[in-house]
Amino acid sequence: MIKLRPADEAELSAVLRDRTAPLRIRGGGTRTLWFGKAAEVLDCSALSGITLYEPGALTLVAGAGTPLEEVERVLAAEGQRLPFEVPDQRGVLGTTGTSTLGGVVAANASGPRRLQAGACRDSLIGVRFVDGTGMVVKNGGRVMKNVTGYDLVKLLAGSHGTLGVLTEVSFKLLPVPDASATLVLHGLDDLSAVQAMSAALGSPFEVTGAAHWPGAGTFLRIEGFAESVAYRSGQLARLLAPFGSAEALNADDTARQWQAIRDVAPFHGQPGDVWKLSVKPSDAPGLVARLPADAVLYDWGGGLVWVRIAPGTDLRARLGTFEGHATLIRAEAAVIPVFQPQPAPLAALAAGLRARFDPRGILNPGLMG
Amino acid sequence: MDMPLPNPLILSRKARIVDRLLAILPRDAVIDAPAETRAYECDGLTAYRCPPLAAVLPRTTAEVSAILRLCHEEGVPVVPRGSGTSLAGGALPTADCVILGVARMNGVLETDYANRFIRVQSGRTNLSVTGAVETDGFFYAPDPSSQLACAIAGNIAMNSGGAHCLKYGVTTNNLLGVTVVLMDGSVLQIGGAHLDPGGLDLLGVICGSEGQLGVVTEATLRILPKPEGARPVLIGFSSNEVAGACVSDIIKAGVLPVAIEFMDRPCIRACEAFARAGYPDCEALLIVEVEGSDAEIDEQLALIRAIALRHDPVEVRESRSEDESKRIWLGRKSAFGAMGQINDYMCLDGTIPVSALPFVLRRIGEMSRSYGLDVANVFHAGDGNMHPLILFDANKPGDLELCEALGADILKLCVEVGGCLTGEHGVGIEKRDLMSVQFTPDDMEAQLRVKDVFDPGWLLNPAKVFPLDVTQTRRSA
Repeated sequence: MIKLRPADEAELSAVLRDRTAPLRIRGGGTRTLWFGKAAEVLDCSALSGITLYEPGALTLVAGAGTPLEEVERVLAAEGQRLPFEVPDQRGVLGTTGTSTLGGVVAANASGPRRLQAGACRDSLIGVRFVDGTGMVVKNGGRVMKNVTGYDLVKLLAGSHGTLGVLTEVSFKLLPVPDASATLVLHGLDDLSAVQAMSAALGSPFEVTGAAHWPGAGTFLRIEGFAESVAYRSGQLARLLAPFGSAEALNADDTARQWQAIRDVAPFHGQPGDVWKLSVKPSDAPGLVARLPADAVLYDWGGGLVWVRIAPGTDLRARLGTFEGHATLIRAEAAVIPVFQPQPAPLAALAAGLRARFDPRGILNPGLMG
Repeated sequence: MDMPLPNPLILSRKARIVDRLLAILPRDAVIDAPAETRAYECDGLTAYRCPPLAAVLPRTTAEVSAILRLCHEEGVPVVPRGSGTSLAGGALPTADCVILGVARMNGVLETDYANRFIRVQSGRTNLSVTGAVETDGFFYAPDPSSQLACAIAGNIAMNSGGAHCLKYGVTTNNLLGVTVVLMDGSVLQIGGAHLDPGGLDLLGVICGSEGQLGVVTEATLRILPKPEGARPVLIGFSSNEVAGACVSDIIKAGVLPVAIEFMDRPCIRACEAFARAGYPDCEALLIVEVEGSDAEIDEQLALIRAIALRHDPVEVRESRSEDESKRIWLGRKSAFGAMGQINDYMCLDGTIPVSALPFVLRRIGEMSRSYGLDVANVFHAGDGNMHPLILFDANKPGDLELCEALGADILKLCVEVGGCLTGEHGVGIEKRDLMSVQFTPDDMEAQLRVKDVFDPGWLLNPAKVFPLDVTQTRRSA
């Protein structure tokens, strides 16, 4: 397949200005399920490089094609990180290659820390992008507080390339805490596990991860200064005593465990379709009970449910009406829409926005609607 | 400040429009007598005033929908209003508009501690959201200075922040869902008790759209468990530069204070004279607040003290009690009142990269001298959100114009160093004509398209946010 690989924003703008045929926008190609119309690939990997990093201001600006691994390495050297714990979906999707910052933003990809530190879209403070007419647009900037004009930064996060091709992204960062620890509760059923996670998240002990992995345990993470982590773990264990006695994991096991949860390790190499549900946490166990699931993993205190299920199962039909949405993450064929169909008035607004930002329908057409 | 000329056709139809409003609303919800519409002639930006054609005070989403449908049919502009505390003129009427005030919609609809959210009507005040959950140990994090009076509707429209957003984020980071009514009267549910949208992030673009995309009538807000405790430390310095460097070092060290507030000498002196909080007489002062258990607070304050000592402080005063904490915050919290006692003032809201703090403060000092107007600085230093207060005399001819010119120069400086025009107050009419300093025509065109989709007739709060010449064609279409 022919690949377009613009060298910079100006070249990208020139490509899009004259373009009439559909394009598939590609960062590192590690995370998006593609059943859109057959299209030429637009490879963004040349839009790479960190343009500004100010540790004292907790700010990073980089080209959208910058490899995530490069960014994480540079931040780690200063004891900082992206706050939202970027998930690595290569294991679930069986993809190879290197995730890029632009791809992370386009998917609004957020890991376990989302429930405390916010999603990718919450740490994203600025974007530059080229829309479907070749128009170059900037929005937001490099400062943490900015309400100047409409927040197109949020609109672009999670737009999966359908409103514009990102060229540059800015993030606010957080320091990596000194210490971390994890409490594990064993033997809880899904309902009790969500209740235990709710109790923990409703406490003042600042839980930064709350996941339930049926069969393995219910996991609660605490991060911060060493003495503070020790104190809060102790308090949290006491609070959770009604749910059983908690096992404590050390820092190394904590890191391994949360990486496994973040990347949905139990689904790696396992057959079937994979879905991601975003729901009200207390609804989660009841919704899961409606599904003939092969396996599930609860994150975000129950607000995020990963589901592995027989290929071609229409999970949305099985769930019926529910508050939230279901996204198809992995499937063998384009039988079921990837994104949750929206109520007509919302779908009309989304279609209106796409028609204005991409009037010729060349940016990932068919992916979101 | 230019505003569009009122449409004479609408003015001439006032009686008919009021009659139609009375047909869908109770008598006490429609305000049309000239003596009474005056109450809505301005918001917190009192330098600009204009009574509306009429004001309506609905009690339900259904009433809001009926009002908007009616105004849509009649082609009447609508200016939504929360509590009218905007410092940017976000709720300033035009003579041909209907003010849609949500103040009577102030109920709590649902409180859910297991899932950590509260659902309220949008006219509810910011502080009373926390008031509804604090006895159960929760709070709503965004805390604009006007939180006693300002409404959630206005917070959402302006994406309001506050002193504690360094740790907890601003409104958009704490907003889970809305019920929003579009100009044609259609009622939409966006988001809810779950996290993140399944499609495009419409909630993210509605938040901060200054009432130009729709009228938010209900909001689902994230509530958080209250920390065990919080205590500030006050640190005085002999120069702004040193204080700025200390802020940067604290952030780099991995402490995440809930607030880092900065006051310069003119501000310290005014506050001291007004509130007598016992502040040291120095060039710059930081108030840094941390949270947690007593032991955790001690650990963090010790670290901050160690960092501060490397910067040769004039004074380091750690709070040891609730009473001491109150005294430390007293001066800062009375800063605006103290300034108001001295003079008329204009409060700016630009944000700059934290690293540019010393340079920007020096330049503001130079500009202040060349304009002959005093400027006091008090701001959220951790995130670079500045609030220079320009002192002027409203009774002196030409002083307001001089003050506005200095304000514009300071905001241009903020943009030049990589920052922005407004960090938490919004653009409104106040910064409207400076938008082209920060944005190219294409940057603005991308934003205008969003309004085209939500409000094709350009009837919702149409004369705000963007320079009038930029929106002229759309508004008159």
